[in-house]
Amino acid sequence: MNPTSLSLFELSKKLGQKEISSRELTDSYIKNIEAREGDINAFITKTFDLAREMADASDSRRAAGKTYSNLDGIPLTVKDLVCTEGIQTTGGSQILKGFVPPYDATVWGNLKKAGAVLLGKTNCDQFGMGSSTENSGYGNTKNPLDLKCVPGGSSGGSAAAIAADFCAGSVGTDTGGSVRQPAHFCGITGLKVSYGRVSRYGVTAYASSLDTIGPMGKTAQDCAMLLQVMAGHDDRDSTTPNIEVPDYLNELEKDLPGFTIGIPEEYLGEGISQSTLQALESTKAVFKDLGVTFKTISLPHTKYAVPAYYIIAPCEVSANMARYDGIRFGNTQEGANYEEIIVNTRTHGFGDEVKRRILLGTYALSAGYYDAYYRKAQKVRTLICQDFTQAFEGVDAILAPTAPTAAFEIGKNTADPLQMYLEDILTIPASLAGITGITFPVGQSQEGLPIGMQLLGPAFKEERVLRMAHQFQTAIDT
Amino acid sequence: MSQTFSQDEIKKIATLAKLKLTSEEETKYAAQLSGVLDFFSQLQEVDTQSVAETSQVTGLENVMQEDVVENESPEKMNLLLNCSSHPIEDNSIKIPKIM
Repeated sequence: MNPTSLSLFELSKKLGQKEISSRELTDSYIKNIEAREGDINAFITKTFDLAREMADASDSRRAAGKTYSNLDGIPLTVKDLVCTEGIQTTGGSQILKGFVPPYDATVWGNLKKAGAVLLGKTNCDQFGMGSSTENSGYGNTKNPLDLKCVPGGSSGGSAAAIAADFCAGSVGTDTGGSVRQPAHFCGITGLKVSYGRVSRYGVTAYASSLDTIGPMGKTAQDCAMLLQVMAGHDDRDSTTPNIEVPDYLNELEKDLPGFTIGIPEEYLGEGISQSTLQALESTKAVFKDLGVTFKTISLPHTKYAVPAYYIIAPCEVSANMARYDGIRFGNTQEGANYEEIIVNTRTHGFGDEVKRRILLGTYALSAGYYDAYYRKAQKVRTLICQDFTQAFEGVDAILAPTAPTAAFEIGKNTADPLQMYLEDILTIPASLAGITGITFPVGQSQEGLPIGMQLLGPAFKEERVLRMAHQFQTAIDT
Repeated sequence: MSQTFSQDEIKKIATLAKLKLTSEEETKYAAQLSGVLDFFSQLQEVDTQSVAETSQVTGLENVMQEDVVENESPEKMNLLLNCSSHPIEDNSIKIPKIM
């Protein structure tokens, strides 16, 4: 059996029992990548030489009985928003082409210390701004399950890499759905962590009050193993509360009797495909067999989440993108004076969608409009947070589709930004509330494309949604 | 608050955001952003008079740290400086004069 089709959890066991070496495993992934990457374009930067070196070092540690963790020797990929010391980090944008960070983001530093192997940096929408990976400055990624379709976004390269057996797991980011929606489109499992659960230090900022970094893998168990190493307080990110990191793998094994799941009626409205609704029903049936009770709930402000998000996020974008001035780092353009260097660098380096959001944010924050847009959106955000707080008083988790349909075709939404924004309608509310959510595959569309449901849980209850998704995956596996 | 963008307004915002747009881009963004702003206007139906704003969700307040300089090694300093494509002089990045 080709080891690359196994889950990270199974591979970790095989490495532990010395049935396979990290080097053999790494070479198997590289073989897969060399065979199909030309079609898929999941990577911005491949680091095969480094991967082989890291794998050999891991094998030596194992031979000496000195492994660092259960991730030691596991080949991973990392979204190209995450700074990796000595390895180009572009944020998916031409404005950072050639930028080699002199330090590691905390999240990658933690994985490296755990012995993980890096196969490369995955493609994504520029700085995470997009829902299809078509906004990458390095060509779009294609969905490995149907090359005509997008892999979702913005963590599309990571999701495609897992679906194509290019790596055992990946690190993605989710600001408005960028881990969950590509997981849904590519038939893998992705965890959006609570805001503050994983340090953002060294990860390029998109919308700072919403950005989260989450694990992606074949299964919830794989995500749990990755999160164990990724999560926790970091002195270098002041938004990471000092809340204990539970033993996620242990928590997974607990069963679910007495659990109540809420189905929000607002998530099942117009535009939700028939096969998505059917997949929801079959998912409910599996959970019912596991002893879970269902009830219909209301999250009344759901329809205001997209407009609130597309005000708040671009406002934060316009501030965060100000750092790209072509002076201290990145792909600088020439200019006759200081002002021209800045303008030429930004004009040449930023992609279309980044410019659109900068313009939108600059406008919404400009004199006379602040109250009407940003302040109003932040107030609506409060109401959306309250919706979830009230809902979680009566249910343990919320189950809903991740997106209205399965993966759409490349080019379908590129001419109409508003249509593309509406793709995020079911993922954005949880992002505004800062809660956790996991997307996992549950069925297929009529075209045979994967459908993933999302299970949302209260903030800092990652162990709960991981456990529920794991119990589901175990039940359908047997 | 339904608002439409004129090409002049887009030009003004682009200048504020340090972007140079072609006239085709100005026309395109003016139309697209007008549509998006129109979509935003539905927020006006929500009564938020007695609602507080949410600017963050962690509940953390006044996260402080000691104000201590962490000296990086000269090698690290050089790596940081070398991220710039401008000339380096006396551990500083040299750029065209501003004033």
